Amino acid sequence: MTAPLTETGALGAAGALAAALLVGIAFGWCLERAGLGNARKLVAQFYLTDLAVFKVMFSAIVTAMLGAFWLSRLGVLDLSLVHVPETWLLPQLAGGAQFGVGMATAGLCPGTACVSAATGRGDGLAVVAGFLAGVLLAGAALPRIAGFFTSTARGVDTLPARLGVSQGAVVLLIVALALAGFAVAGRIERARGARRVA
Amino acid sequence: MSARAPRPYADPYLTGVGLGLVLLAAFVLVGRGLGASGAFATAAATVVDAASPAAARANAFFADHLDAGGLLRDWLVVEILGVMIGGFASAALAGRLRLAVDRGPRTSIAERVLLAIGGGAVMGAGAVLARGCTSGQALTGGALLSVGSWLFVGAAFATAYGAAWALRRVWT
Repeated sequence: MTAPLTETGALGAAGALAAALLVGIAFGWCLERAGLGNARKLVAQFYLTDLAVFKVMFSAIVTAMLGAFWLSRLGVLDLSLVHVPETWLLPQLAGGAQFGVGMATAGLCPGTACVSAATGRGDGLAVVAGFLAGVLLAGAALPRIAGFFTSTARGVDTLPARLGVSQGAVVLLIVALALAGFAVAGRIERARGARRVA
Repeated sequence: MSARAPRPYADPYLTGVGLGLVLLAAFVLVGRGLGASGAFATAAATVVDAASPAAARANAFFADHLDAGGLLRDWLVVEILGVMIGGFASAALAGRLRLAVDRGPRTSIAERVLLAIGGGAVMGAGAVLARGCTSGQALTGGALLSVGSWLFVGAAFATAYGAAWALRRVWT
């Protein structure tokens, strides 16, 4: 195993921050290239007129998932040293539901709002400000709902463990779902007259 | 800002694969994925700490986000600065830098900005509760097959479609 580089000692603290900057630049570049720094293009996903959000997100998830799976299989990447977001069932369901309402109202998510603001959009800047205010208020209120916030904690909980099948089986299932989803997305766009936001 | 006509956006699948490789590079380099809301949490904790260090330390959420050792040393804050640089550079090279307010055809600038602030705040509180957003949960946790991340994606997109239907006069 030779990766993650910070875990094997090949990359120090300064190197990690340099990587953060480079990874961030590439991340922002991809979001802007895809048009996701444009709120009109992002919300077109919800009116089924331009499904770029779905296509970009799912092809990114599938690419990174397959890469992590095969690099681990080949003995390059030690997946047990990669930080997997932990699971809290109810807070994440409720938080996700609330996040979705905010996203459709704001027209952007936090990362795309940063791109929107950086490319001169006033609405992106307003979403950035609103998001920061929401985090401040919710952070201040968190001690009052600490019981709910820490409820249904499952630690690192993955789909293969939960479903009782191998990692490869879940990877295959998600690839199949993505390919089916891409085919359906193309059909929907053609049926809606392909009004892509340019 | 640019006199040239903006170039059309890139192919979504090609960009998606590129984004996936960026995410994979983060796994390989530093053993963690992408994020956005975490940088805002650190910024919020820094604001509270500046106003009242005692209040920041008394709140577990803010205290957690101060432990990285300052704003610029936090990995996600540096990454988000990179996102803004990368987004700016990409838009500049494609002739897409523009001082504008992206909004629906029937929505005034004032309405759009109010909805952006309000929607952003609702989204921010949701991200605190869910411990992440579309970057840290959907992309990163999704690729790492986290149960909570897939629950987050399902819940977020389900309610987004509902809210978008209610807001159809705002956006279409």
